[in-house]
Amino acid sequence: MDRCLVGDRIELSALFSTMQRWFKQPTWRALLLWVMPVVFLAYFFYQPLLALFNLVLTGRSAAISPAWGFDLGALNLNRIWRPLSFTIGQAALSTLLTLIIGLPGAWLFARFIFPGKKALKILTTLPFILPTVVVAAGFNALLGPRGWVNLGLMALFDLPSPPIQFLNTFGAILVAHVFYNTTIIIRVVSNAWAQQNIRLRHAAQVLGASPWRTFREVTLPLLKPSILAGTFLVFLFNFTSFGVVLMLGGPQFATLEVEIYVQALHLLNLPLASILAILQLLCTLLITLGHNRVSGLGDVIVSPPAHTLDARKPRKGWERLVVIVLIITLFTLLVAPLASLALRSFVKLEPTRGERGDFQRGLTLQFYRELGVNRRGDLFFVPPIAAARNSFIFALITIGITLSLGLLVAYALGQRTVINKFLDPLLMLPLGASAITLGLGFIIVFNRPPFSTLRFPILIPIAHSLVALPFIVRTLAPALGDIPQSLRNAARVLGASPFKVWREVDLPLLTPALLVSTIFALTISLGEFGASTFLVRPEYPTMPVAIFRYISQPGALNYGQALAMSTILMLACALGIFIIERLQSPGKDLF
Amino acid sequence: MKHKFTPIILLIFAILIASCAPQPAPGEVRTLTVMTHDSFAISEDVITLFEDEHEVRVQFVRSGDTGTALNQAILTKANPLADVFFGLDNTFLTRALAEDLFIPYDSPLLAHIPDEFKLDPSNHALPVDYGDVCINYDKAYFSVNNLPVPASLEELTDPQYAGLLATQNPATSSPGLAFLMATIAHFGEGGYLEYWTALKQNGLVVVSNWETAYYTNFSGSTGQGPQPMVVSYGSSPAAEVIFAETELDQAPTGSIIGPDTCFRQIEFVGILRNAANPDLAGDFIDFMLSVPFQEDIPLQMFVFPVNQDARLPEAFLEHVEIPPQPASLAPELIDANREAWIDAWLETVLN
Repeated sequence: MDRCLVGDRIELSALFSTMQRWFKQPTWRALLLWVMPVVFLAYFFYQPLLALFNLVLTGRSAAISPAWGFDLGALNLNRIWRPLSFTIGQAALSTLLTLIIGLPGAWLFARFIFPGKKALKILTTLPFILPTVVVAAGFNALLGPRGWVNLGLMALFDLPSPPIQFLNTFGAILVAHVFYNTTIIIRVVSNAWAQQNIRLRHAAQVLGASPWRTFREVTLPLLKPSILAGTFLVFLFNFTSFGVVLMLGGPQFATLEVEIYVQALHLLNLPLASILAILQLLCTLLITLGHNRVSGLGDVIVSPPAHTLDARKPRKGWERLVVIVLIITLFTLLVAPLASLALRSFVKLEPTRGERGDFQRGLTLQFYRELGVNRRGDLFFVPPIAAARNSFIFALITIGITLSLGLLVAYALGQRTVINKFLDPLLMLPLGASAITLGLGFIIVFNRPPFSTLRFPILIPIAHSLVALPFIVRTLAPALGDIPQSLRNAARVLGASPFKVWREVDLPLLTPALLVSTIFALTISLGEFGASTFLVRPEYPTMPVAIFRYISQPGALNYGQALAMSTILMLACALGIFIIERLQSPGKDLF
Repeated sequence: MKHKFTPIILLIFAILIASCAPQPAPGEVRTLTVMTHDSFAISEDVITLFEDEHEVRVQFVRSGDTGTALNQAILTKANPLADVFFGLDNTFLTRALAEDLFIPYDSPLLAHIPDEFKLDPSNHALPVDYGDVCINYDKAYFSVNNLPVPASLEELTDPQYAGLLATQNPATSSPGLAFLMATIAHFGEGGYLEYWTALKQNGLVVVSNWETAYYTNFSGSTGQGPQPMVVSYGSSPAAEVIFAETELDQAPTGSIIGPDTCFRQIEFVGILRNAANPDLAGDFIDFMLSVPFQEDIPLQMFVFPVNQDARLPEAFLEHVEIPPQPASLAPELIDANREAWIDAWLETVLN
């Protein structure tokens, strides 16, 4: 018996050492790290999508009547080519403009201290969470035919008609995309910029390089991964843009996503919608592969970030000027539409009796008070507190899911192995998935326990996580790549256990990136992206759902309440970001 | 060291709270599930009446707009998500019947409903409410400018109304599609494109969705846009009074109710094939067609009850005019031509 035990022990330890040896190989290590994320994606993303495509396109199922049969030969290629070329064109242009605003913005936040910096950084994040219906209302309040700007110009120059035609133009699409996505560039790039090792720059300067040359040959190459990552995310967001194109661009413009929406929900042509959705996925795959090729994903960057550059006050005259111009630009572009929206939620327009042409403006809290009153005894009445609570619960679950899976993926991507080349693009595809097809896929697959769309609200944060995960990974992976292996080796030589190495070396150096990730997960979840709107049940209303309910009905009170709820959403999100950023300060002493 | 774990502990705590979030209590009470669209609304008291009488719990699944909800019903028809589907309109009726979504149900209350609403004689789909998509106008604009309110579709092409009308793209908006169909009903398939060309030449403004048209373009709404006429619903003037910031004795807007200027939309309900509780579903449909439910409809969904015994609320009697001659098209015709009509419209108006 003793012998038996000993034998077992020997076999076990042999097994253990074999596993250990395997685990030392990057491929095996990567595979192990990939297991959970891959299972998650396969179950919650690929399964529902494939189920829908299978049901709709193969015609093997009895669910689709022959009237729905799809004849690929009869397809009008213009139906595909026109939206596709427009989608690519507007996405490229929007991304370029976002970079033009976002990169100087990132520089501003990474390098300088100025009064109100924290507040401005939070404010520039808020556009990200707002439903497009409300953003359209915000731009309208600012730039519409009766917006503050046009009214001001008309009064100033005594013009008979509004001089600025903004809504329903291509320009409106571009501006709205910049408005929505600049925060991505700012968050991703300024984080990397602030983390840069100042010694390399000093070395270049000591060796006689001019500031411009130092920027070009030291700073920029080091920033390249984050700039590319940010550009990639922004491009994909613009590529699948839906609400902005529909509501601000107007009927002349249609992206693939808009065309999918029209085909699926207005013409009930699910087969064509599916074809377009697959095309959109293929494009996303190509874009991801292209990005990975350019960015050289998996390259190890050695730049010990032990001595980072501290932000300082702008010094020289021109520096101060540039900083002020940048602050004003960000304020005008990102904050003004939000502010005009929030302002409008406190303004009451009182018509003078009988004469609706004349209005008296007055301040009011009526819209906020009315949010808490269920005047008509509506069964689906949403108390604002309940909506906020649900939104935050879903956001916290999203943060939990994406941070844990995101860390695993980021570590897997740090391994030099060929499997990353295959698995990474699969992770990015949810960004390019059409929300409508994914939502319908969810309905088909998860209509019985354990995951019933009817009774299990966990599917909502899961849908949010699918969209947030690529952001988290693209934020964490470059930060992880920046941690020099030598630091870990040193800790290990000094006798630290693997966990201790992680806790004392990796974790502190990752903290800023983790916080950025948390903010992305929070904002994506609060903003209620895409597919999850298919899963919302009256029992768990969220803030965006409440906003939609108000703005889809006529009446000044409904409009006011939609704006009031949006303002609450902005405040709640700002508070969330504020708390998350507060967590960073205790970590600071670790550097 | 303590602070490093605070976020993690907070997170775990949050997840714990989240997992204890309100779950439907498991009980012996049967549950009847009703699938519908996002615009569905009803008073709590009214639903309680039914729940108490039949000792059931009614669960509503609101699944996006009508098209989204219908897609979901069709895709899950082998294993339906609900017992009852409500909110199918006459433009999608034929498609739903072709998909064989429903089982027939001869409700005794059909006797109280005028025949004009019973578009499905086999009673797979039963009418519940109706409403009209109409052009709303801003009363103040027309009185201040001493303009007569146009009374027919033809008058809208008159140069004195140039640039005054906003409508929606029929490809992306259901009121937009309804207005397109009103013009097809009036001018025929041969004449409607010519009419739209004339409208376009008269400065027609087209936007993508109702929200933009109503709140950004329409001068009669709180958005105070530039156009005094907009394609909206016949009941919108009543909503403007009920949801006014300050009490109004008169609606600020009105509906143009000339011949064929409004398009009639009828909403239907049906029992889903393979439903878990077909008997309860039948009871619920009876309840939907009965007076208490029917009288609750106007102020909740801003449409009219089909049951002739249901009385209309005061606000409706005062501020909503029912068009005497609304436009309509046969559901089969709509189903067969919807895409072709929209494509032709896009060619004519947008290109």
